[in-house]
Amino acid sequence: MVNEETVFDVCDVSFAYEEKQPALEHVSLKVPAGESLVILGANGSGKSTLLNLLDGLYFPVRGTIAAFGKPLTEEALRDDEFNFSFRRRVGLVFQDSDVQLFSASVLDEVAFAPLQLGLAREEVNRRVEAALAALRIEKLRDRAPHRLSGGEKRRVALASLLTLQPDVWLMDEPTTGLDPRSQSWLIEFILEQRKQGRTMIVATHDLSVTEEIATSICVFSEDHQIVASGMPSDILNDHDLLHRCNLSHYHARVIK
Amino acid sequence: MEHTLHGITETLEHALFAEEISARAGLFQSLDARVKVISTLALLIGISFSKNLWVIAAIYLLTLFFAWISAIPADYLIKRVWLTLPFFTGLIVVPALFITPGPALLHLPLGLIITKTGLNTVLFLLLRVSASVSLTLLLILTTRWNMVLSALSVLHLPDVLILILGMTYRYIYLLLRTANDMFLSRKSRTVGYLTTAENQRMLAAISGTLLNKSLNLSSEVYLAMQSRGFRGSIVTLKPFKMNARDWLWLFVFLGIAALAIFLGR
Repeated sequence: MVNEETVFDVCDVSFAYEEKQPALEHVSLKVPAGESLVILGANGSGKSTLLNLLDGLYFPVRGTIAAFGKPLTEEALRDDEFNFSFRRRVGLVFQDSDVQLFSASVLDEVAFAPLQLGLAREEVNRRVEAALAALRIEKLRDRAPHRLSGGEKRRVALASLLTLQPDVWLMDEPTTGLDPRSQSWLIEFILEQRKQGRTMIVATHDLSVTEEIATSICVFSEDHQIVASGMPSDILNDHDLLHRCNLSHYHARVIK
Repeated sequence: MEHTLHGITETLEHALFAEEISARAGLFQSLDARVKVISTLALLIGISFSKNLWVIAAIYLLTLFFAWISAIPADYLIKRVWLTLPFFTGLIVVPALFITPGPALLHLPLGLIITKTGLNTVLFLLLRVSASVSLTLLLILTTRWNMVLSALSVLHLPDVLILILGMTYRYIYLLLRTANDMFLSRKSRTVGYLTTAENQRMLAAISGTLLNKSLNLSSEVYLAMQSRGFRGSIVTLKPFKMNARDWLWLFVFLGIAALAIFLGR
């Protein structure tokens, strides 16, 4: 699974939802396959926007993004072959599970992606059963997503992507709103995926989670720019940087 | 505000109760959703085509019996139908008592006359509506909504329409909860009484915010669908398996519907 391929090559990308309100400014980064990259940044710094761009949902107003060595553009995604191959390889876990879980039942939700991407029914059924078992949500299969707890919704959201067996996981604030047990379980899930050689790109402002899962970190300032990137030990010990980027405060205490 | 909050809570409670009933052990709960959808439709057609009051009454009683053996409290179905029926159907049928031409049955003051044909028409309509609503309630109470939707595929409804219906139902609850939170938050900050104008302003503000939220939600949901391969057409699982018992009950219900049409012709 692990190879030297560069999964994403982001080159001087800027993006704005509305004119004169930049969401990303001159962002550049490279993500090698198998890396577990944590994108650290305060609320509104542009982390979610970057994940949406990496998932080909929005496109830069300036700069370029390449995925698996090919340009990731609106035009490229109109091509069926590239679209199918890209969507099969990259999965995005949205911050709000209610957005991601739009089907009438858990079973429909988990089967949605492999069905849309044209997998054979037998293969879809096999993957659905495997994903439900892996996330221990077999009993929820006929339940409506809006009846689930926050932790259950997050498991279903992960199962809905696990059926794709993506090479790259994009996760937007995955631990937000989860109780400690669900958070711990989610960290184990990420570590397991990492162990299997998947590329993990996780946007968060939770430093304790970052410490557990990151092999590298890039930090967003509140000006929507990447102001630092490097090894977790270097970034997480730079208290001045974290404070400047609104990622820690003077009252913060780490309870060991 | 209290009234709106009560309404929202009641709707959410009804949904919860329906889900609880659909999980109980009972005849209707044990049948394939497609059998229930086809049987309900066949019986509804039977009710509509039958011109015999006794036949329609028999189907209504049969529906109550099926509800009873499907672990639905008898009074629940009767109350839900007969407490709302007079408001909707009653308003339409009352004039028919007097204006339908026919032999006089009862003379009332002010020169009003209830005709035999008028009474017959009213009884037909009331029984037809109560039997039809009870049957539909029986289907909805004993079947999870997602299974009802999936079963609609046997009627060759387009998959994308079924998906939209499912999403509508799913997100109505999310928006209902949001509305509930907004009303509660407003209530917690309200001291004293609000004038009608203030109430209207608050309601307009909440409606506007909800509309805005629903628009944002819909564009985000579309992105989530795109992210997992949606490109305009939809493919769905059809998780159904008919067994011998399902086939047997399907023939029983179709037989009852055919008999209703034959006897009531």
